[in-house]
Amino acid sequence: MNERTMTEEQHFEQMIEEESICINDNIVYDKPETLTDTPMHYCPGCGHGVAHRLLAEVIDELDIQDKTIGVAPVGCSVLAYNYLNIDMQEAAHGRASAVATGIKRVLPDKFVFSYQGDGDLAAIGTGETIHTCNRGENILIVFINNGIYGMTGGQMAPTTLPGMKSTTSPNGRDIITMGNPLKITELIAQLPGTYYVTRCAVNTPVNVRKAKMALKKSFEYQKENKGLCFVEIVTNCPSNWKMSPLESNKWLEENMLPFYPLGDIKKPTN
Amino acid sequence: MKKEYVLMKGNEALAEAAIRAGCDAYFGYPITPQSEILEYLSLNANERTGMVVLQAESEIASINMGYGAAGAGKRVMTSSSSPGMSLMQEGISYIACAELPCLLVNIQRGGPGLGTIQPGQADYFQTVKGGGHGDYKLITLAPSTVQELVDFVDLSFDIAFKYRNPVMILADGALGQMMEKVLLPEQKERIKEVPSWATVGKSKDREKNVITSLSLDPHHMEEINLQLQAKYRQIEKNEVRYEMTDCDDADYVIVAYGLVARISQKAAHLAREKGIKVGVFRPISLYPFPYEALNKLADNVKGFLDVEMNAGQMIEDVKLSVLGKKPIEFHGRMGGVIPSPEEILQKLEEKFAGELV
Repeated sequence: MNERTMTEEQHFEQMIEEESICINDNIVYDKPETLTDTPMHYCPGCGHGVAHRLLAEVIDELDIQDKTIGVAPVGCSVLAYNYLNIDMQEAAHGRASAVATGIKRVLPDKFVFSYQGDGDLAAIGTGETIHTCNRGENILIVFINNGIYGMTGGQMAPTTLPGMKSTTSPNGRDIITMGNPLKITELIAQLPGTYYVTRCAVNTPVNVRKAKMALKKSFEYQKENKGLCFVEIVTNCPSNWKMSPLESNKWLEENMLPFYPLGDIKKPTN
Repeated sequence: MKKEYVLMKGNEALAEAAIRAGCDAYFGYPITPQSEILEYLSLNANERTGMVVLQAESEIASINMGYGAAGAGKRVMTSSSSPGMSLMQEGISYIACAELPCLLVNIQRGGPGLGTIQPGQADYFQTVKGGGHGDYKLITLAPSTVQELVDFVDLSFDIAFKYRNPVMILADGALGQMMEKVLLPEQKERIKEVPSWATVGKSKDREKNVITSLSLDPHHMEEINLQLQAKYRQIEKNEVRYEMTDCDDADYVIVAYGLVARISQKAAHLAREKGIKVGVFRPISLYPFPYEALNKLADNVKGFLDVEMNAGQMIEDVKLSVLGKKPIEFHGRMGGVIPSPEEILQKLEEKFAGELV
């Protein structure tokens, strides 16, 4: 191409190429090796994608891809194994922590985590959750709480807020007839088997960073055989909350976070 | 440990056999009449071989712990009795679809419901015809002696790994509780080899391994089903096991499995003392069922008596074997009642009274 006939834009492109600024030192955003190229099925604005990425980043940074086994639940993240480039097992509904227990007991030197939604972990799987935590299994449980059953289309979850609408609480959750939201994270924090219990969110850049730190610390504690680490991530469900992603994040801040306050619920003691 | 003869209770002998077979992990929950398995393994299995023994909070948890450990490529066992086995059915369906080798043991008691703690055989349908949801098959071995309870442990692990399929040892409370002389096998080393499909951490040189029973694409899910079915056809070809006692010249044959087959052998002996030529056909593998052998036998006998500790479950497979060639009568006891040899002989005489005169 003749330089005189170049547009300004073309010239700029050529300059970029020539000056080779596309070098590793200049990369500000990259796909973690532990994340696959498979397009995620999650709805626009959903927090699952961010949570997956954080796990992948942490696994990369700790260089434990070859030593990590994940357990996917039944729910929106049932296909998590398609997105994370690690060995994984897909558990029956609610049983992910029992499956993770089985893996960890026979492979005590490996890193094991379960990734579960609120229906999976705090309704059908409550028994497994409590007993896995109480035994102090040396694993990480990642608990995604969006206050609703996403995969089945927006039914009331154990964590649905009082007055919150769902397809099975169309007039809002009535705590007299439908019971109260279950703060299972506070509950399991009481158990001697849990070592580190924290509640995070992925709605703002600051919260995303904090969530990543929590996940990273959990894997480090697991390496030191400290006991069970439990990271709740309060997140949104734009599709079933019937809001735009932006509206859902605002609603999360105004409604979910006051009920499920962020921060460490049980800090490591030794 | 060397081979040795000991006098041992069925449940404990089975547990000892699991340790000696190099079992890597056992997950269980107490339920009568099989709690001795968990108790025996809790005593010193871990010290002896490093085997993991964990009491779970429920049978649902123990079968899913088994799923996880089996998915890691280990030799895994769980056990229960009828009501607990019902709770495990969902997990068994997942294990079958995810093609995980593992050993399940059901020391049956009489049902339905909470039923009784006395022995029964009413879980035949549950074990052999499905139990959980979907089209899957459990390879099922039915021991009739404490020796077989022991011998089938190692055999089951071998078959389970050969086909990547769960194997069930289906016994009953009496066999689990009774003491017999038994020859224990030598201690085997626990296997260190990691199967290529196991989830043990993805090394750089291979693709990730995923243990799952899910496919949202119907054509792919059908393909998975077809592959399972093809495997089941192989199992049906290779793994049929049965025993025939005094069937060569028999006019009548009692068909029974497990402990009832032994009682029936005594009944057949009593019949021969009275001049009635009776043999016993004992299916050892309940799935795959020995259809062909029983069908062939039907050519040479006058009739069959099917005896079970239930209301008549295996008799459906006996009918599918005999295909109307000869009459089939049934005698069953329920609720934990064990039939006596005299009672079985009496029923045989009653049912075939016209012919016997």
